[in-house]
Amino acid sequence: MAGLQHTVLFDLHQSLGAKMVPFAGYEMPVQYPAGVLKEHQHTRAAAGLFDVSHMGQILLRGPDVAAALEALVPVDLQGLPEGRQRYAMFTDESGGVLDDLMVANRGDHLFLVVNAARKAADLAHLRESLPESIQIEPLADRALIALQGPQAELALARLLPGVLEMRFMDVATLDWEGGAVWVSRSGYTGEDGFEVSLPEAAAVGFARALLAMEEVAPVGLGARDSLRLEAGLCLYGHDIDTTTSPVEAGLTWAIQKVRRKGGAREGGFPGAERILRELSDGAARQRVGLIPEGRAPMREGVELFDQEKGGDPVGRITSGGFAPSLEHPVAMGYLPKALCATGSRVYGELRGRRLPVTVAALPFRPANYRK
Amino acid sequence: MKFTEEHEWLRADGDVVTVGITEHAAEQLGDVVFVELPEIETMVARGDEVCVIESVKAASDILAPIEGEIVEINETLVDNPGLVNEDPLGDAWFFKLKVDDPSVLDEFMSEDEYKDFIG
Repeated sequence: MAGLQHTVLFDLHQSLGAKMVPFAGYEMPVQYPAGVLKEHQHTRAAAGLFDVSHMGQILLRGPDVAAALEALVPVDLQGLPEGRQRYAMFTDESGGVLDDLMVANRGDHLFLVVNAARKAADLAHLRESLPESIQIEPLADRALIALQGPQAELALARLLPGVLEMRFMDVATLDWEGGAVWVSRSGYTGEDGFEVSLPEAAAVGFARALLAMEEVAPVGLGARDSLRLEAGLCLYGHDIDTTTSPVEAGLTWAIQKVRRKGGAREGGFPGAERILRELSDGAARQRVGLIPEGRAPMREGVELFDQEKGGDPVGRITSGGFAPSLEHPVAMGYLPKALCATGSRVYGELRGRRLPVTVAALPFRPANYRK
Repeated sequence: MKFTEEHEWLRADGDVVTVGITEHAAEQLGDVVFVELPEIETMVARGDEVCVIESVKAASDILAPIEGEIVEINETLVDNPGLVNEDPLGDAWFFKLKVDDPSVLDEFMSEDEYKDFIG
């Protein structure tokens, strides 16, 4: 496919029989011969290997780097201990979300993992906004491999015994065949698991060593999407973007007290006025879980109504599909506050017909993190 | 068995034509998770959207390949949509059409022609 970038695992994907599709400027595996359902179920039952090398990896170093980055995110980074990672989001002046990301404190620097589609914009944003004393180092020569599922620890520990010492959201530098790999105990599937950042030169050998294990199977973007959807996790550009605030999106758990009203470092991030106000008073609309009645999936763009006939849409679905582990369709979308209570009934318009949809608690499936 | 450019197969038994989708189509769709079937006794014209198929990836339609009356539908698919991936050319037929003139099937592709068509 012309004009698309390849990750270092491209040839491996092809040799595994992957079906490749364009995604965020990369040619990526959407599924392997097993198919989305089996790959999803394998991740929930054993361990799935995901190539997420298309995501952006960025190092930040310099004096008071955590304080500097706090000016761009509503998250407590100065209180983030060495060896720990935290979920964050870049906000804009209107309180919208520019991107969501992971920030790890790796001692003398911060390590950021950002969305592939946003990495150029994020880098420009960092360069524009951070003081000159902070070095911004995009890492173009590192791969990122996720291993997710209840047997991820068992499998990965054969290569990296140090992972046994880690708990959810820990980060560590471990040794593999004489080289340093950066490991975090995290992921985006709702399962226990790890993300491993390593030099491109080592990535194919590392992935092959994992894939040789009985517990491990390759998993494509298709199942990555159904896994994160069941886990109630937001996909940037769909469930969150510059038109949604972190409070509307239900990401308030990521905004620590110290950055809230009355906190020691209250505000001080773009859009603070709106975000702090919504934290106190609530937002007019909220991201909710939705369960369509019956088996027909409702996907992104389906309009939601508060009545079966007539009236204007009250919201829309931002992502949705079939949930393989639940064996019924699920979706997420935004609704006015009055309709957000679990059990509320709304209607989704599908092929000209309005079908009942019930508001449900998120996540749809409880997470399995090793806290 | 005859094949259409929309990746359906047609099998005539007298004036009743059974319609399904090809292996190639099932593979392209991916795992099928939802099937909506037409009502029996519906009169359909060629090109009408008759069924909805949703896979884990996307929604698509099955179009009526020829004019006729829906005389039977495969309700099994509603409860077990995965059958479309398991046995697209056999048990996972979608509907049966009663047609006036079964010779209209002659214009569609043979199996060899269809294989050339999908390359």
